[in-house]
Amino acid sequence: MKAAALLLAGSMALAACASDEPTGSSGGGEGGGGSATEELRVGLAYDTGGRGDRSFNDSAYTGAAAAVDALGGELQELSPNDDASNRADLLVQLAEQGFDPVIAVGFNYDDVIAEVAPQFPETTFAQVDGSNADGAKGDNVTGLIFAEEEGSFLAGVAAALKSESGHIGFVGGVQSPLIEKFEAGYVAGAQTVNPQITIDRQYISPAGDFSGFNDPARGQIVAQGMYDAGADIVYHAAGGSGIGVFQAAAGSGNRAIGVDSDQYLTVSDPALQAVIMTSMLKRVDNAVEQFINDYAEGNVQGATDVLNDLSTEGIGLATSGGFIDDIQDDIEQYSQQIIDGTITVPTTVE
Amino acid sequence: MSGVVRRVGLSLLGPVLAVLVALVISALVIALIGQDPLEAFRVMTDLGQSPSQQVQSIVVILNRAVPLFLAGLAVAVAFRMGLFNIGVEGQYRLATVLAAAAGAAVALPGPLHVLLIVVVAMAVGALWAGIVGVLKVTRGVSEVISSIMLNFIALGLASFLLTGPLRGSPPGASIITTAEIPESGRVPSLNGLLTALGLAEPRSGLYGFLLVAVVVGVVVAVLLTRTRFGFDLRATGLSPSAATASGVDARGMVVKTMLISGAIAGLVGLPDLLGSQYDYGTEFTAGLGFLGIAVALLGRSAPVGIALAALLFAFLDRAALPLQFADIPSSVVTIIQGTIVLAVVVANEIARRLALRSAERAGASAGPSPQTGGDDGAPPPTAPDGGQRVHTGVPGDQQGAQA
Repeated sequence: MKAAALLLAGSMALAACASDEPTGSSGGGEGGGGSATEELRVGLAYDTGGRGDRSFNDSAYTGAAAAVDALGGELQELSPNDDASNRADLLVQLAEQGFDPVIAVGFNYDDVIAEVAPQFPETTFAQVDGSNADGAKGDNVTGLIFAEEEGSFLAGVAAALKSESGHIGFVGGVQSPLIEKFEAGYVAGAQTVNPQITIDRQYISPAGDFSGFNDPARGQIVAQGMYDAGADIVYHAAGGSGIGVFQAAAGSGNRAIGVDSDQYLTVSDPALQAVIMTSMLKRVDNAVEQFINDYAEGNVQGATDVLNDLSTEGIGLATSGGFIDDIQDDIEQYSQQIIDGTITVPTTVE
Repeated sequence: MSGVVRRVGLSLLGPVLAVLVALVISALVIALIGQDPLEAFRVMTDLGQSPSQQVQSIVVILNRAVPLFLAGLAVAVAFRMGLFNIGVEGQYRLATVLAAAAGAAVALPGPLHVLLIVVVAMAVGALWAGIVGVLKVTRGVSEVISSIMLNFIALGLASFLLTGPLRGSPPGASIITTAEIPESGRVPSLNGLLTALGLAEPRSGLYGFLLVAVVVGVVVAVLLTRTRFGFDLRATGLSPSAATASGVDARGMVVKTMLISGAIAGLVGLPDLLGSQYDYGTEFTAGLGFLGIAVALLGRSAPVGIALAALLFAFLDRAALPLQFADIPSSVVTIIQGTIVLAVVVANEIARRLALRSAERAGASAGPSPQTGGDDGAPPPTAPDGGQRVHTGVPGDQQGAQA
């Protein structure tokens, strides 16, 4: 019976709509946006993988939860379906239900947010990893972007200084402009220290196939290939596949560099912890928390970008484990040169 | 008449049973995680308060169901022939990227432009699937193996084309896309039709490709059940040896079936491409080909069944959102979808055996008396042996049906 109800739900509701038409329920009033709301209601729309990916999405949640805890209010999170084909629907639902600000996590929202945001001019939107400096996505969208290449440059410096074989590696999750920023910075950093260094670079999956961000087995194979070829330090920008890189490092007695969060602290296995030399920190949590605070104080203008880089400490290099304590001075130096503008880090691989 | 009722009843039995079992299991799981199953089901069927929200929900469901339906249909055509086309995924991705590029490269008057894109997509899908068919008949390569392998090649090729020769997005953009298809190559939405029916205007457009999908569904249904070709196809699926014995060119059928399956697979990406995206990019919906297998299984490889299955999957997909608003984990939906697919395989097998047995009974008793068409679902248990003996006269049939 329930099955039949489910199957027929569509057509029944269609009929219901037709008959409901003249009544015009009052629920529509909420759709206008959250103007003059006394309580903070934050909407958070994740990208592929959703909540619980122990990476990017979770980091955004940590930041949003911290802000909402401090300011009081409500946090509504939405994860997309498995193939993330309903990204637009997530934003529409959040905005329609009066959540404000609505924060989209991930560059995959680029097209979708440009489509949805103009439909809700009263709602404030933000997109993690998506630029809106030119305002093309609407006047109510703020881009929360990161200078990943700067942190990756430092990771490259650390790898080059620490490598004994003069041979290091880079494993990217999915070949995309975003991950190429990591690669470009890493390569530039390593070559600045040692122009003769050999750098193996490989991506787990090609553009358009997002499995590379969540495939530890293939991450392990790719990294293993690099260690076998003589690399002794591998930096990964591969999300959930990074665990495989650590396993390959542990299995071959080499070292690896983590990404996004301080992975020395987040991996649960002590054997893997021991191989994580450092991590390139991308503080999505800080950026999201800061944005919500700014919003609560009325400091969000829209059509701008908030750049998180070394100078704002939105990007950095983790020191947990103490593996890079001895080269900390060099790293500080390079970091300062990047902040001063003496070193310009490339964002694209030539 | 009552025979038809029983046949329809039996063919519905499997999926309905499967959905029921899945709902019971899901209800148990929901109860186990400390939520109220009834509340969860109520939330899932809640389409929104205002008329425009409700229409919007239905549009979201239909827009999701269209590609699922086409994917299911592509898989089902091969299924009916006894071929397992796992390659729909690669076929539609490659077809979509090439069709998108072709659509962006030319300027033609409206309908012709759309037609060109559709033809390119179908041709690419058919050719890619055709490789599987040719490999099978010339080298005896299992279509399961070759279509999986060709998936990897297709995805890699699509990615190479997208990032290389067919790239249309500016160098710095995070999402790499092909060039945008101009206005004339897009399929207009059916929102005008909705408002004409007296429904509220939804926020997003109902895919005009819905009509194309319906036409494709009807054509496939007619092809399968009303043509010589369809008869040959189904006969080969039921028993290759019997079909060959009666003069069907089994090898030719394999290639033709794969071509048709691939041509339909080529259409899978087009509803999104021509209805809302207008370009193929790195964020283009992936995985529809695999979902299509589940949809085809649930729909028992019949077009009407596949349409219902696609609607059910699309409905469940949308239900994940209201569930999250109600603080119920949306994984509930994944659990329901998973258990449905699992249950349907089991239930289909049970229903098939019941159908087989009742057919045997009908065959055994048709001779002595015409009063076979009783509505009773449980005829006397003496029949099976008789039925068995009747059927042993047909070589190959028994084996084919069991396989």
